[in-house]
Amino acid sequence: MRSSDSLRKTYGETLVELGKENKDIVMLEADLGNSTMSSLFLGAYPERYFQMGIAEQNMASVGAGLALAGKIPFINSFAVFASGRAYDQIRSSITIANLNVKICGSSAGLSDFGDGKTHQSIDDIALMQVLPNMTVLSPCDAVETEQMVKAMVENHGPMYIRINRNDLPVVTDASEPYHIGKMLLMVEGTDVVIFATGVMVQKSMEAAAELAKEGISARVVNISTIKPLDTKALIAFTEGVKGVVTAEEHNVIGGLGSTVASALSKSRLPIEMLGIEDEYGTSAENYEILLKHYGLESEDVAQKVRDVLK
Amino acid sequence: MKYSTELIKDLRLKAIQVRSNILEMIPPGKVGHLGGSSSAADFMAALYFHAMRVNKNDPKDPARDRMIMSKGHAVLVQYACLVELGYFDREELDKVKTFEGILQGHPDMDRTPGIEAVTGSLGQGLSVALGMALGLTLDKSDSRVWAVLGDGELAEGQIWEAAMAAAVHKASNLTAIIDLNGVQATSTTAEIFPIENIVEKWKAFGWNVLEIDGHDMPQILQAIDEAKAYTAGPTAIVAHTIKGKCFPFAEGQAKYHNAAMTEEEYETAWQCIQNMKSEVEA
Repeated sequence: MRSSDSLRKTYGETLVELGKENKDIVMLEADLGNSTMSSLFLGAYPERYFQMGIAEQNMASVGAGLALAGKIPFINSFAVFASGRAYDQIRSSITIANLNVKICGSSAGLSDFGDGKTHQSIDDIALMQVLPNMTVLSPCDAVETEQMVKAMVENHGPMYIRINRNDLPVVTDASEPYHIGKMLLMVEGTDVVIFATGVMVQKSMEAAAELAKEGISARVVNISTIKPLDTKALIAFTEGVKGVVTAEEHNVIGGLGSTVASALSKSRLPIEMLGIEDEYGTSAENYEILLKHYGLESEDVAQKVRDVLK
Repeated sequence: MKYSTELIKDLRLKAIQVRSNILEMIPPGKVGHLGGSSSAADFMAALYFHAMRVNKNDPKDPARDRMIMSKGHAVLVQYACLVELGYFDREELDKVKTFEGILQGHPDMDRTPGIEAVTGSLGQGLSVALGMALGLTLDKSDSRVWAVLGDGELAEGQIWEAAMAAAVHKASNLTAIIDLNGVQATSTTAEIFPIENIVEKWKAFGWNVLEIDGHDMPQILQAIDEAKAYTAGPTAIVAHTIKGKCFPFAEGQAKYHNAAMTEEEYETAWQCIQNMKSEVEA
């Protein structure tokens, strides 16, 4: 069981827990194990832990080889390097062959606030979801992270999980059954639906509470499986609303917003997308400064809702 | 001599058969990687028909040895071996690189029995082979993994990442064979991107290195056995070869890295096969 609200710690702890029974789970990392928390696995099962050095491309293809040998490799790095640095290796070695390699993009989005633009991933969802066979997961809290990691082990195929570096409040229910692809209704509402992922789920829930005071009823749906997108469920969640808002900590190009918009292209509903407006990150002394700067606060979500209803 | 005359003769004939299978796949007018496939034909024959544990009835037999063509464009030589072992019908050779065939332009494990991974984007196969080797070691398997690398491919940085990692993790069940034919797609490696001191480089990266004439069957067999016997880490066999070996018009020519032969060249090529066969049989 998880010991904190930290997504990354929960990620590492869950794999240690699963690794006890499932001897096929192996962990690979590129000298960032203390950040990704893959290092917890080293303590528990040193023989199944592979330090691959600062060489993400090799790590990705080695992961492919381990999968071909019947293992369930988890390869770990910061989201920028896990997805971008090893892109062709993920494409050629892993996804073309549809191999059972799990990729952990840690410190995703702007969550590595201090390290700045080279280390903040605004494009990883886009890169990963365009690859055939790839599943793209984006948990909103530690509870969902634990459920997802279990599902990643249980289900075959290449998967990418995007993990926030910072502790986030728990907003999902651990007793609620989970499966990959599931869309979760977080707040019931009738005027607008907000499709959110990652940290933006809680921001959207806060926005819904604010909007209620203005007499606007906003439905909030957590889309934590960005691919494969459950289009039927997505359309069902637009039932009766007058507009759609998407919210993500990622470039508005190629992320959740454009994916939802394309899935709803026949709906004729107005759609507003909230995300990072096609620019790179920057250093800051804390995460909140960045969320505010890039317009990813609950008030920004609320404003998009007002805009879409205009 | 450690290896019997019969074995050497048999493997030489097999290598000639491998080259003739390659020719079958690329009739006049059909573009194919003749050069890098024929340079690798001798050591591939030694591996597939002598050294490797193979099972055509169960291509996924856990006890098999694995072959990864990191220089995936030269997969014709692997197809030429696999067909000879009965992994698929000979008719497939005519359908290489066609929509209906099972023999893709680059290695595809989903389409072709006996192909172990997806390779072709250069530089990645050695890493995949390393992953397999590490997985086999975890399972306490005594299966080996063989990876064939091109010398042009050594320009890929990932090769050296894999080289370091294999040494760090002491992957003694992994052998890399470097097909040092000196020619890449557009010119010689010396002109395009001269990576000197190949043997010293692999040594410096922590590998056991063996240097051989890649067309000399006893030397090939000796190196394979030494690689198998070495248990302290991975072995690299640096095989000096000739691109397009056996076909004079193509030998050492970048043009035949990936080209179509003319009718005349094709006829000459078959003549070369015949001559070589008579030579070995005598």
